[in-house]
Parts: sequence; structure tokens; C-alpha cells
Amino acid sequence: MTKKILTYIDHFHGKVQSSSWEALGLAAKIAADNGGEAAALILGEGVNDLADLAFHYGADQVFLADHAILKDFRPEPLIEIITKAANDYQPDVIIFPTTTRGRTLAGMAAVDLDTGVMVDVIDLDWKGDKITATRSIYGGKLLAKLTCSTSPEIITLRTRAFDKPEPDTGRSGSITHLEVSLDPADQATTVLDHQEKASGVSLTDANVIVSGGRGTAINPTLTPPDDLDEAGAEVWKAEQGFDLIQNLADVLGAAVGASRAAVDAGYIVYDHQVGQTGKVVSPDLYIACGISGAIQHLAGMRSSKVIVAINKDRDAPIFNFARFGLIGDMHEILPPLTAGLKAYLEG
Amino acid sequence: MKIIVCVKQVPDTAATMEVENGNISWGDAPLIINPWDEFAVEAALNLAADQGGEVTALCLGKEEETEAIKHALAMGADAAVLVSDPALKGSDTVAASKVLAAAITKIGEVDLVLFGQQSVDTDTGLLPVQVARLLKWPSLTLVSKFKEVTPAEGSLQVIRSMEEGNQVIKSRLPAVVSVTKDYGEPRYPSFMGIRKASKAEYPVWTLTDLGIDPPSSSISWPEVNKPVEKEIVTEIIDGDTPEEKAKTLVEKLIAEKVL
Repeated sequence: MTKKILTYIDHFHGKVQSSSWEALGLAAKIAADNGGEAAALILGEGVNDLADLAFHYGADQVFLADHAILKDFRPEPLIEIITKAANDYQPDVIIFPTTTRGRTLAGMAAVDLDTGVMVDVIDLDWKGDKITATRSIYGGKLLAKLTCSTSPEIITLRTRAFDKPEPDTGRSGSITHLEVSLDPADQATTVLDHQEKASGVSLTDANVIVSGGRGTAINPTLTPPDDLDEAGAEVWKAEQGFDLIQNLADVLGAAVGASRAAVDAGYIVYDHQVGQTGKVVSPDLYIACGISGAIQHLAGMRSSKVIVAINKDRDAPIFNFARFGLIGDMHEILPPLTAGLKAYLEG
Repeated sequence: MKIIVCVKQVPDTAATMEVENGNISWGDAPLIINPWDEFAVEAALNLAADQGGEVTALCLGKEEETEAIKHALAMGADAAVLVSDPALKGSDTVAASKVLAAAITKIGEVDLVLFGQQSVDTDTGLLPVQVARLLKWPSLTLVSKFKEVTPAEGSLQVIRSMEEGNQVIKSRLPAVVSVTKDYGEPRYPSFMGIRKASKAEYPVWTLTDLGIDPPSSSISWPEVNKPVEKEIVTEIIDGDTPEEKAKTLVEKLIAEKVL
């Protein structure tokens, strides 16, 4: 029976990743079904205020460690606290959001607690006597069902795969402060600097994604500057194409994605790549511009709720997965599309 | 500097995956080195060239799974080790990590272990952190750049990525690092490299060679399926001009309630 569920609340300098609340919401549901309890684990510096949020999102109790040594993300000191908390509390299940940090800590916790991790889970069944988790493998080409035979069962949940609960500001609970007795001199790592990412919506969190492929560079109406060689001119054209994509993304509050072909050709940095060797995404709306739909790209985005494909080639495979298809040049279609959506959303 | 780069053989990312009688198959698609691992091999070779030292490719797999090792050798790795044992069938990540950690310990006096960020087959991304935890070495995941590597002082500085941006982090050596695609394009194997790799001999270690019992696995996969194909009715949006098509699409998206 799954009675005690511990959820790790992932945050960056006190700003919580929304997938943490999705995880806590699921934990609260499982706990409610089994007459158990949902506990939240909050570690960091200056994080006392997060406890109230955790109660609002479904925690019955909170374990909290507030200490300067936990300020920056370093897995080694964090995992010491997590493992100790798990050994003391003896949860049946530990849930992490599948963020970069959550994945790392879950993997380490499995080693420390001599158990296994079901990672990046997209569906969970806890109705039987065992938890069965579903996760995608081969970049989404196949789905595997997993079980864990040891306790605690460690699970990381894919961002946006589970609903974020509505916060209930009337809820509260008990807070247990965890002791931190780590010696700064013993730590193997030191964080020297943090470089903020240029603002923008992250692909994995986005409700809407606008993506570009090789078609971004195919625009005969543009004349590149004279001083560019052929490759430089192609990238220059693609940058104009991605500007159109960015304009539409700005109107929709969307993230910008790209195909591997576009990334490999140097049109846009890798951070934007969607697909088997990029990010696997599942937004409500995915607008593919000038993307033909290679299998490894489709694997990374086909679970999007509504796919729109804009492509000059009527036979492009992407149209087989699209709810709406526009056969035409993305450079001609995006400006009026952006204007039309802007008028609607602002009207 | 002694560097180990862990590599894995996987089906090509262009493969169509099928499930037949519960077994995963990829038809006649070629088997390749895990694409993420190429970045790790590239980083290992550059570090060894800068610092002096050698690169050993380490692979866990069946005896016939030679593609990843051959590719790493063809790119320029100095040596390779394959760990293979029938008892490892169905290993989960913790079990696989215990075997890799034992192999790394047996190789000995290692300064740095590199991984690709994850494998394109099981997509867990767990091995770098689990191997590090077992070895009690620091783990640095999703690294795009090595800023300073000073094996003499036993330290390195890297840039690693997180959702909110990049972290510049200094670590003691030995350490385990996973390398992202942002590191830079991996080199193509040279003709000479491919020839050398095709003739290369490397040890195949069993669990007995490593002196460990078969590690137990907690995670099992009772079922693998193709995702259920969604019924998609594609509506082609017509219009005489781009403006007309765009206008119709706006109306359709409003009706679909996805805005």
C-alpha cells in the first residue's frame, strides 16, 4: 500500500518549477486514494516561504532545510539531506519533477536508498496493489510500462504530463525543520557564477510552440549582404525566417522550437531542438514552419494536442500528423497569421 | 590525464521501432554509437590532446555490440573495454551503474569519466549521476564547455546548463561529466581511424573479471507498446492568397480552443 509519498520541490533560488506543483498534486491524489499522506521536501536558502505554497498545492506536511550551503544547486550536499530525510520518514514513494535537477537527484537517491527510478513518467496507475508507470522510450516511438520491486519507489514526472492543481490558500500543515550539518570545506564543488538564460519561454513548459526547420532559410525574395559567403548567406536568411517565428511566438506567449536539420545547419542554437536528440515536447498547440517531419522530429512532438503544419511541399510527412495543414511559403503566411492572431488576442 | 568515455550502441534515430511478441525491433536499420556519446568522445579526445593523456572507451553490452566501441576508436580513442555478461540481461540503471563503476575502478587511476547526456534508446540520463554516486565522485551533468582543466591540481571548471541558465562550477577530480550537444560538433572518423578500429583488439570483461556478483535490478519492464495512433483528420486550409489562408487558420484555431 502506498501510504507515505514524499515530493521533492525543485526550485531555482526560491523560484519553483511549476512541474514541482504538478508532482505534489499527483502525490496528494495518490495519498487521498490510499488514506495516506503527502509530504513535501524543500531544500535551499531563503526558502521558508515555499512551505505555505506547498500546503496550498496539497502537502499535508513539509520537511524543510534552509541553509546557505544549499543556496546554489549542487547535487552532493542536497542528496545528503534527501537521503537522510528519506531514511527518517520512510516514504513508500518519492516523486521528483523531471527537471535537470530533479532527474539528477532522483538518480542519486536510488543509489543511496538501494532502489530504482522510473524516470520521466508520463502516466501513472496506482489503483492496483502495485504502481505501474508509463514512460516513452526511443524518443517517443515506443511506450514502456514499468514497475519497481523495491521500496521506496522513486518516480520522476515529465513536465506538463500531469495537471497542476488549483492552489487552496486555506490549507496548512506542520513544518519539520531538518538539521544541516554539512561542512562547506568538505564539498567537492563550488559554484562560481550563474549566467541567466536570455528570457523566453522554455520548450518543456510551453503551452504553445512555434518551430522552424530548413524552410526558414528558403526565401528567394531576400538579398543577403554582399560580404557573406554561401553558407553565411543561408544562415542569414534562416535568421530572418526565425525572426518571423519569434514574432508569432511572442504574440502567443509561445516557445521557439527547431528541427535537427535547422540546428545542424547552424540556423539556431541547440537549446531549441525538438526531437529524439533534442527535447520531447507535448504542448497544446505546435506550429511547424518549414519542417518536413523527419521521424526523429515527429517522435519528439507528435503527442502535441493540435499540430499545425506550414510547408511548401504538399507531400511532406508532417501533414500526416497535422490537424491543420497550410500548403505555402512560411515567409508569406507567418506575417498575416501573426497579425490575425494578435488582433484576436488583443481584441 | 586518464579519461574514460562511456559509450553505448543503439539503433539509428531514423529507425522505425516495432514491437513483435513483446520484443523491440528496428527492422534492418543500422546500429550506431549513441549520438549523444559522440560529443563525449569529442570532448575526451580534445582534453587528452590538450592535457596529454589517454582515452579509453568503455561499453556495456552484448559481445556482438561493437559499433559504439569501433566508432570511438575510429574517432581516435586509444583503447577500449567491453563489459559483457549474460547475467546483465534486463539490468536497470542502478545495476548497470554498479557494473560500470566496477569497471572504472578496475581500469584504475582515472581522472575523468565522460558520458553523453543520455542514450537515445532508453532516454534515462541516469547513468552519469548514478556511476558518480557509486564512486563517491562529484557529478557534473549537461556540460557544454570545459573552462579550465588542471589535473595537476586535481580540479576542473565547467559550464553546465539548467532550465534557468548556465552554472559555472568548479569541481575536484576525479569527477563524472555528461556532455551536451552544445559542446561542439564531433569529428568524423578518418579513413585511417576506421581501418585501425576495424583491426583493434580490446578486452571483454565478464562480471567474474570485475570480481562482482550480478547486481539485482529493481525496475522491470513488463510491457512495451507502440503508442496508440491518434485518429488525425488533416484539414488542408485553402485560400487564394497567404492572407486568406492565414485568416482561415486563425478562425480554425479559435474554434479549436487552443489559444
